[in-house]
Order: sequence, then C-alpha cells, then structure tokens
Amino acid sequence: MTAPLLEVDTLVKHFPIASGLLGRSGGVVRAVDGISFKLAAGETLGIVGESGCGKSTTARLLMHLITPSSGTVRFEGKTVGTRELPYKEFLRQVQMVFQDSYASLNPRLTVEESIAFAPTVHGVSRSEAISRARSLLDRVGLEPQRFAGRYPHELSGGQRQRINIARALALQPRILILDEAVSALDKSVEAQVLNLLLDLKDEFGLTYIFISHDLEVVRFIASRVLVMYLGKVAEVGPTEDLYTASRHPYTTALLGSLLSMDPDKRTDKAPLAGDPPNPISPPPGCRFHTRCVFAEGVCKSVAPGLAGVSATHEAACHMVIPGSGHSKAEGRAA
Amino acid sequence: MTIKERPILEIKNLSVTFTAGRKPVRAVDGVDLSVARGEVVALLGESGSGKSVTLRTILRLHNERRTKMEGSLLVRGSDVLKMKTRELGDLRGRTVSMIFQEPMLAMDPVYSVGQQIIEVIRKHEPVSYEEARKRALHLFERVRIPSPERRLDAYPHEMSGGMRQRAMIALALACKPEILLADEPTTALDATVQVQILLLLRELQHELGLSVIFVTHDIGVAVEVADRIAVMYAGRIVEIGPVRSVIRTPRHPYTRGLLSTRGHGGRLSGKRLPAIPGSPPDLANLPPGCAFAPRCALADDRCRAQAPSPTTVDEGHVVRCLRTDATTQSLAAADVSA
Ligand SMILES: Nc1ncnc2c1ncn2[C@@H]1O[C@H](COP(=O)(O)OP(=O)(O)OP(=O)(O)O)[C@@H](O)[C@H]1O
Ligand SMILES: Nc1ncnc2c1ncn2[C@@H]1O[C@H](COP(=O)(O)OP(=O)(O)OP(=O)(O)O)[C@@H](O)[C@H]1O
Ligand code: SF4
Ligand SMILES: [Mg+2]
Ligand SMILES: [Mg+2]
Repeated sequence: MTAPLLEVDTLVKHFPIASGLLGRSGGVVRAVDGISFKLAAGETLGIVGESGCGKSTTARLLMHLITPSSGTVRFEGKTVGTRELPYKEFLRQVQMVFQDSYASLNPRLTVEESIAFAPTVHGVSRSEAISRARSLLDRVGLEPQRFAGRYPHELSGGQRQRINIARALALQPRILILDEAVSALDKSVEAQVLNLLLDLKDEFGLTYIFISHDLEVVRFIASRVLVMYLGKVAEVGPTEDLYTASRHPYTTALLGSLLSMDPDKRTDKAPLAGDPPNPISPPPGCRFHTRCVFAEGVCKSVAPGLAGVSATHEAACHMVIPGSGHSKAEGRAA
Repeated sequence: MTIKERPILEIKNLSVTFTAGRKPVRAVDGVDLSVARGEVVALLGESGSGKSVTLRTILRLHNERRTKMEGSLLVRGSDVLKMKTRELGDLRGRTVSMIFQEPMLAMDPVYSVGQQIIEVIRKHEPVSYEEARKRALHLFERVRIPSPERRLDAYPHEMSGGMRQRAMIALALACKPEILLADEPTTALDATVQVQILLLLRELQHELGLSVIFVTHDIGVAVEVADRIAVMYAGRIVEIGPVRSVIRTPRHPYTRGLLSTRGHGGRLSGKRLPAIPGSPPDLANLPPGCAFAPRCALADDRCRAQAPSPTTVDEGHVVRCLRTDATTQSLAAADVSA
C-alpha cells in the first residue's frame, strides 16, 4: 500500500481559558482532542460538524497557524516540523482558503500583486510571478486584462473568492484546505466556484480538505467525509456510505437535519434536541451521550474509540464496538 | 365557499431608494405583495436583492431623510407610509413585530432577557410588573427554554445561540402581534438547531394564527415554512406563487437556475453543477430591461429593452418574464435534457 499523502496522528489543541482580572483560571477549551485521519492523494475529504466542534482549529493546526498541544502530522511519510520536513517546506505544499473573502486580501494590493506576492517571497522572480498570476487569473475565470489591476473592493464576493483560490494555488501546493470557502457566496455564485474547484483539482492534481457546515455541498464535492463532535472524530468513511448508511447516531441526526426541498415531506420532528455542549467541560464517556437516544450505561462512562464498520468506514460508537457492553453491540470482541 | 377576506398586509408598488450615496440606490423597485391572515410567505433571494429593505420598510426603520419610499403599505387597511410617530409606536412590536438573524441586535446586552420582555409588555399594556413577569415566564415555557424561571434572569450573552433565538422569539411575541416579520432567523444556526427553530416557529404560527413574512436565501427553509414563495431579484419580485407550484414548476429562469443547483442528493457527486453564470447586478447601474437578462440563457432583444410586467401562469402564480413560453417544461425534465 502506498503511504497516504497526509497522516494526522492524535492531534490535540487545548486553549487555556483567560478569565477576568486574574488571568488564567486553569481550565482549557478542548477544541481538538485527539483526532487522527489519513488523506490520500487526489481525494476530497469533507469535514463536517456543528459550530465549535473544532473544524477550523484542525485546519489551523495543519497550516501551523497555531501550535498543537500534542500530536504529529506526517506528509508523504515524513514528520512535519522535524529535520525530515521543516514547516517552511511543508507549508509550500499546503495552502488554505478562508470564508471571509475580503479580510484575507490586502486592500492596498492589486489582484495581480496579491497573487504574485507569496511566490516572490519564496524566491520566484517578479516577472515569472506576475506571469503565473495572470495565467491563474485566467484559470479561475477572471480575464487578466480586466481584473489584474483591480483592488479587492472593486470585486464581488464570488470574484474575491476566486482571487483567494488563485492566490492559494500560486505556490503550486499539493493540498488545498478550504474552510467554509464557499459559505458566504450566493447559491448561484457558489455553484460556479464549486465547478471551478472540480476543474482545478483535475488540472493541478490537487487534494482537498473541504470544511463546511453545508451538508448538501459536502455531499456533492467530497469523496470521503469526516464527522467531528466536540473535538473528536465521530465517524469517517466514503461519502455515500455516510449519507445513506451512517453508523454513528450523531451523523444520522446531523444528516437528518438536511431539509427535504419537498413541500409534502416537511420535517416534523427535530432529529436532535438542544445545542452542542461546551468544549470546556465535555461530557464523560461518549461525548454525544447527553443528546443520544441510544445512550446506555456504558456510554456514560467509557469513551468509545473509532471502530471499523468496513475496510473504509469507521465510527466511534459503542453500538459498533463488539463486546462494548451496549445492548445493540455484537456480543463479543472479534 | 369562504368569502375572501381582505389581506392583513397589502404592499402595492413599493419602491425604496437610498439617496445618501453618490448615485441613488433603488433597493426595492415596484414590489407588490399581499399576506392573508394566518398565511406564511417566504421572501427568497440572494444577498442584496432587497429582502431586508422590504421588511424594514414595513416597520419604517430606515433613516427617512436619506430614504425615498413610494407606493403604499397597508396594514389592516391603514397606510404605514402615512403614519405619524404615535401610530408607528403602536404598530411596532404590537401589531407587527420582527425577528432577526442576530438576536443580539434585537436585545439590549445590559438587561436580562426577562426584564426586556417585561418592559415591552408594560410599554404596550397597562399591567402590573408581576403580571408581566408571569407572562414572560409563560412565553419562555412556550418557546421551550429549559429552566425558564432561572433563564428569565439571564443576560443575552449567557445563552447559547439556539436559546437566544428562542428568547428573541419570545420577545417578539410578547404583545401578541398579528404579523411577524422574520429576517433570516435561522441562517446563523447549525443545521441541527435550525430545524428546531423552524419547527418552533411553524408551531407558534399555527397556534397563534400569525401572518408571517419569512425572509431567507435558502430554498430548503422556504419550502419548510411557506404557504407561498416570492422570489426577489434586484429589488423586484420576479416570481410568486403557492409553494408547490413554484418549487415543482418554476417559470422564471432565475428560479429555475436556483432550484437546479439544489436537491440532487448524491446524483451529481463529482459532476459539474448546473450554474447561473455571472453575478447579481449593481443596483446603482441596473440594465434597462429585465435585470436578469445579462445572466439569462433565454434572454432576447425584448428582454434587454423592456422590464417585464407580471404574467399569470397558473392560479396565484405570477412571473415577471417575457419568455415564459420557453419555461413550460417541468424542471426535472429540463434537467435531464440539459
Ligand atoms: N484562540 C482560541 N482561544 C480559545 N478558544 C478558542 C480559540 N479558537 C477556537 N476556540 C474554541 O475552540 C472551539 C473550536 O473552535 P473552531 O473554530 O475550531 O470550531 P469550528 O468547528 O470551526 O466552528 P464553526 O463551524 O463555528 O466555524 C470553540 O469552542 C472555540 O470557541
Ligand atoms: N441604508 C442603506 N443605504 C444604502 N444602501 C442600502 C442601505 N440598506 C441597504 N442598502 C442596499 O440595498 C440593497 C438591498 O439590501 P438588503 O439588505 O435588502 O438585501 P438582502 O436581500 O436582505 O440581502 P442579504 O441576504 O445580504 O441580507 C443592497 O444593495 C444594499 O447594499
Ligand atoms: S456511544 Fe452511545 S451515546 Fe455515543 S453515539 Fe453511540 S449509542 Fe449514542
Ligand atoms: Mg470554523
Ligand atoms: Mg438581509
């Protein structure tokens, strides 16, 4: 088997809580609490979950915008941030596009200069960087003659997001992390940008991590989906397996909140009650047990690890762990 | 047969122009919309299409020195655009109340939620503090806030997103309004919480017989709550009709485009989505004819020359498009042939 492109191993990020005049209270926000996953070259991994479950923190950890409390990331088998693969080299391979298309562009740089900036910093000659910028503009569907000299405020949201994508591609990365990158766009413009992402992926052989709260968009774009709940992975597997045969009750409830688009099949019961609990003091045992209709004694005390449902599909629920003691689990450990 | 009652809200040929900038911006351009007693109309459209401006005009919330409002806006027969300050005060919060995407905008951060509800009730009705507090508690129970007694004393920032939304709904319903204006009240919420709030609003609307205008950019949400859907584009209602008719046989090319980007389930995974080209127009520089013409595959010279007037395509289903002859095919069939 070939090594995965990216391998995330037990990544943890706890933010200390600053409280009032006395500074630290000693507590932490368990934003990301031991997540592991692999990313194969050429795939699109969707990451979904409710607000605050740690999606953006995961992305920012991968981009080394924040330092992990613990855990490792390997790229093509080499441990990131060691002599094997220093951050600077790794960060050429991974780029990120954020939700807020405006805030991520420098208002004083023209579109062309914005795209050419990172390559020149990395030693590409100015003329080469500019010509690369122009060809990227063309690739993201913005005529270079019309758009190269414009400033961010002279563009629509969809156009700005295309610039952000072009800018992220300027260093010719292997992995693109898209954190709610289309969420602020109007539906009609969102479809254009999603199509663009599909085209660019083929053309440049990219691998995507696509973070979104829009479950319909994720179903469209992702080949595999990872569901997070309170800083942990609840379930991961091929997109259609999850959407049609989820095994974690949280995934089922989350996907159950997709609206039907059919006036004769309106939702008559909320699939999940309450808001997600606070990552400062997550519930013991399975973090989902406070909202889970299947929760039993074991769920309240023992945290379930990820267990294989099939060769490619895993869920962290006592119901899929043989011998866990849950009445719906198979009797004995395999 | 029932005798047709006069609509509780009648908006006729409403235009709203902001005059502060270099060029006047006509954000609402000739909107006609009636809402019957107990009816829910979803106002659907993209960012900047004029949904919020339309709602805010119903309560006259604009800065009037910089805003020109034309047409008429009748609530139970009296024109809001002609109301004096005093009448407006009675209208706001009592006959008509509003909920927003961001509850923090509707609430005062320095008072507890309970105090704010009590104050609203006592502003409009001659009741004692105790009586008002009892009603506030009852409202909290009604919107299903857990431990309502204790939560009455909570400040807005001490509540979770979903709970704040419930509290804002309680505040909006405090004086038993007849018309509820909802401006994307579930847009900022997680899908799981959005469903809870949609169900709550639907239940309250039903029980209280409220008339609702529900603004959203999400067709799925519109389908969940609405009796009728009105689609807005560049300040105009381009299509309006009963929810089933609009969803199943949309006749405006814009509505058709929007619908074809949604609801594919897994069928389109990894394939290109049908997309509307271009982006919404600049309201300060609207094209002369149909505002959608520059993005429309069906546009011809007539479309670029004259703004389409309303055409009735089916019972209660009205479209502003000159090419409805070319949109008779059901969307599913058109999708396959595309
Ligand atoms: N710098 C920080 N300091 C303290 N807490 C933080 C910090 N950044 C994030 N958090 C907390 O960590 C948790 C996870 O946040 P994160 O932004 O990763 O969530 P998310 O899944 O991206 O949510 P959303 O869908 O709202 O974007 C949240 O509780 C958040 O408040
Ligand atoms: N006070 C104002 N002065 C000038 N222009 C305004 C003002 N308020 C709104 N506009 C403009 O009017 C247009 C319609 O705005 P409106 O807020 O109604 O859009 P919307 O349909 O609610 O969009 P969104 O989905 O983004 O909330 C926009 O182009 C907006 O920039
Ligand atoms: S482990 Fe228990 S509580 Fe957690 S999801 Fe499974 S059944 Fe529900
Ligand atoms: Mg985030
Ligand atoms: Mg709005």
